[in-house]
Amino acid sequence: MIPEIGHFALILALLLAIAQAFFGLAGAARGQVAWMQAARSAVAGQAVFIALAFGALTSAFIRKDFSVLYVATNSNSELPIFYRIAAVWGAHEGSLLLWALCLSGWTLAVTALSTSLQAAFRSRVIGILGLISIGFLLFMLTTSNPFERLVPAAVEGRDLNPLLQDFALTIHPPILYLGYVGFSVAFAFACATLIEGRLDSTWARWTRPWTIAAWIFLTVGISLGSWWAYYELGWGGWWFWDPVENASFMPWLAGTALIHSLAVTEKRGLFKSWTLLLAVSAFSLSLLGTFLVRSGVLVSVHAFATDPARGLFILGFLTCVIGGALLLYAWRAPRLKSAAGFELAARESFLLFNNAFLVAALGLILLGTLYPLFMDALNLGKISVGPPYFNMVFMVPMLPLLLLLGIGMHATWKRSHLQPLRNRLIGIAAVALVIALVAGAAVYGHIRPMATLGFALAFWVMGSSLMIPLSRLRARQALPGAVLGMSIAHFGAGLVTLGITGVQSFKIEQDVALAVGEATTIAGYDFRLAALRQVQGPNFVGVEADVLISSDGKTITTLHPQKRLYNSGGNPMTEAGIEVGAARDLFVALGEDLGQGRWSLRLQYKPLIRYIWLGALLIALGGGIAGLDRRYRRVKAGETAMDAATEPSR
Amino acid sequence: MMRAAWVLASVLFAGSALGIDAERLDDPVLQQRYEHLTRELRCLVCQNETIADSTASLAADLRREVREMMKEGKSDAEIRAFLTERYGDFVLYLPPVSPRTWLLWAAPALLLLGGVAVAALVIRRRARTARANPAALEEEPENP
Amino acid sequence: MKASLRFLVPAVLFAALVGFFVVGLQKDPSVIRSPLIGKPAPAFTLESLEDPARKVGAADFAGRPWLLNVWATWCGGCRQEHAVLLEITREGRLPLVGLNWRDERALAQQWLAQLGNPYASVAFDPEGRTAIDWGVYGAPETFLIGADGKVLHKQIGVMTQEIWRRDFLPLLAAGKGS
Repeated sequence: MIPEIGHFALILALLLAIAQAFFGLAGAARGQVAWMQAARSAVAGQAVFIALAFGALTSAFIRKDFSVLYVATNSNSELPIFYRIAAVWGAHEGSLLLWALCLSGWTLAVTALSTSLQAAFRSRVIGILGLISIGFLLFMLTTSNPFERLVPAAVEGRDLNPLLQDFALTIHPPILYLGYVGFSVAFAFACATLIEGRLDSTWARWTRPWTIAAWIFLTVGISLGSWWAYYELGWGGWWFWDPVENASFMPWLAGTALIHSLAVTEKRGLFKSWTLLLAVSAFSLSLLGTFLVRSGVLVSVHAFATDPARGLFILGFLTCVIGGALLLYAWRAPRLKSAAGFELAARESFLLFNNAFLVAALGLILLGTLYPLFMDALNLGKISVGPPYFNMVFMVPMLPLLLLLGIGMHATWKRSHLQPLRNRLIGIAAVALVIALVAGAAVYGHIRPMATLGFALAFWVMGSSLMIPLSRLRARQALPGAVLGMSIAHFGAGLVTLGITGVQSFKIEQDVALAVGEATTIAGYDFRLAALRQVQGPNFVGVEADVLISSDGKTITTLHPQKRLYNSGGNPMTEAGIEVGAARDLFVALGEDLGQGRWSLRLQYKPLIRYIWLGALLIALGGGIAGLDRRYRRVKAGETAMDAATEPSR
Repeated sequence: MMRAAWVLASVLFAGSALGIDAERLDDPVLQQRYEHLTRELRCLVCQNETIADSTASLAADLRREVREMMKEGKSDAEIRAFLTERYGDFVLYLPPVSPRTWLLWAAPALLLLGGVAVAALVIRRRARTARANPAALEEEPENP
Repeated sequence: MKASLRFLVPAVLFAALVGFFVVGLQKDPSVIRSPLIGKPAPAFTLESLEDPARKVGAADFAGRPWLLNVWATWCGGCRQEHAVLLEITREGRLPLVGLNWRDERALAQQWLAQLGNPYASVAFDPEGRTAIDWGVYGAPETFLIGADGKVLHKQIGVMTQEIWRRDFLPLLAAGKGS
């Protein structure tokens, strides 16, 4: 009964989405206040019904209702309850419902919090979001119904993929989706701007807080994914340039460029068409990512149950939404000209270069991810483009980006005013280089060119980021949220660089064979296999090892890596043992029984790896602090007056 | 009973390495080369892992081949050629530099130089505007 | 007017991308085409499955077309296609040679005894070295080798009558004609 209610709720949501789209766009076009009001009501209604559907699916999981096909495929009576709830979004159909829920949430937020926007503009935004909702709801109802019944009902479910049976499943997808989907708001703002043919840049100020909010979620979501892969998959890697990872990283790069570009457009009315194109691109890349992981065109560890028929639907949807937006862009953008100027070393210059580098990085990742597809489609054979390629080429635009970042954040608008800071910046650069050399030599025992470069850039960015708040505080000047946030976020970027350089340049991995009682040494740490035992979990059996780690005779910790075999079958899963430290992680994964009491183990020394995720969190935090700056909230009062003065042109 | 289950567990786990071979090459230089090369080769069964990380038995076989070829003194290029003759370029995670992949390898330079060129052109035009009309730049810049 | 055409570039690039995706949806990215097609079949000499003292090699079948079928007792698809293989060999057009991949001799012999033996000979490859030479990455796989010793076709996955008629027979006929 409840699944049927859920199904029906989705149908109602679809009808409301159609109403939302129609009344939103037509109401704005005809100036019909009643229609625009209807669109807003449709938003609320749609949110209610999608929430209802989501609740129905969740309840089916909690109640272990194996008469629902999706529940039977992704759950199991032995599955602990929190995983049963998280399993709602563990596979294709349910994750689409999560997409729809996030979209409806963002739409509701925009509708409720944008009362200061011009009515027609807001209505168009709502209408466009409605069009996107239609796409997802239609997709679900026609090809991917989460409420499809299994007749006769299964006695036992197939179980959630053991790799997903982890705490991170409860938070990674929802946060990631809030980010992905949140870019739809910027997309809708951009499209509304293009539809109205607005020549001014007030839309940039409106768009900025929404974009930052979505971007924060995406930053945290991607970091969670990386951290999860690290401790769950057992091979100690934190980024694999898998198509699905790239599918989330590309919108992030576009979003980062967008945030910075919005700043210029808002401040100086410049780069309007670039900013609009970035706003369209960020969400387009989100949709592209959805297509790539659900259509089967690319091989990916993350891919959902792929089906070319579904792929075709998404492709059609993609073509309409993105194609429509890009045609809109081609039509309206040529009229967006601005007459302002700026000097060579002004902030605008640096932000322009920033965007150039970010877009170059984005382009490289897109090309690398899709190249095998291009070649196969042209019958030129099958190739693979993997981490060795991406690791190399990604550095090409990133190195100059990091270098200029340290200078650009001090640049002022319009004029080149860097001369007074020249000496201080050179000083920081010099200190950064020295620390980099010392770190390589003293801490890790050898100096490597790439590692030195990485460390130097990391310290350069960190030092430069600290300069601003420190000097302001010392001069007892105000430190607005926007400035503090920017400094923290950039400092975070430096920290990420530090972590990546440390782990990539100085990590040590060794596969060893040990019998109980034997030990080996890596990077000054002794790893002793102290014991082996059987373990049993709620839905698995396994083997657990006690690995004692000590250094200079002092015991540091005992790790308990496991090898698990889930009752529902499948490949054995590895649960690594990780010792977390401020300067390094120590990572132990159990291999296989080699016979005669010996087991193989993979031991890893991962210096500075935690700073990757800590830095990412700081980036998100900085964004949050900047986004909450009083300017965005204060402006609301004065905005109505400004809005009235800036009429959109037809 | 416990021992039986223990034996069962061991049997089940045997043959499922985490890509972990306890057999190492004696020469540390060779071992390092081996570790580097196996991380550039794609597992054809679990197609999202390197043969270094994959649990598939084919990956273990391929790792064995790489080890043996290294001990015979074959170069990395020869080992790659051995594998691509049998499995095609798909097995290389670092795509070969060939006429078909020229765009892939030229892209970093192209995109970087292209982006820099466009940015430079725009900046030059705007700086000229600024020089022509310095009065417009008079107001104090706001926060970022 | 010309300047504003550049704003169409994103739309045009996107259209090209969609075109690639439409083609891409019809292909399977995980299937790896064999680089051996058109090349001489890799030579091998292995112990026969039934009798370790006897040897089976590619050279045994030189001068006429033959099939190589990679199979194992742990492979579900091999069990599925077994009936089809029996039918094909009953027609008697060409010999079917088995390559028993990473298997246990006793289990494999038992399997054939139970399900029937379509193979003229079975080569026993417990270490998988020959399989690697043939670019095998999954079982079952079936190769068609021409009279000149060159690999004509590789079937990845379960063999069916339809695949046999559609992909293999035309190549056999073409071979006989020339």
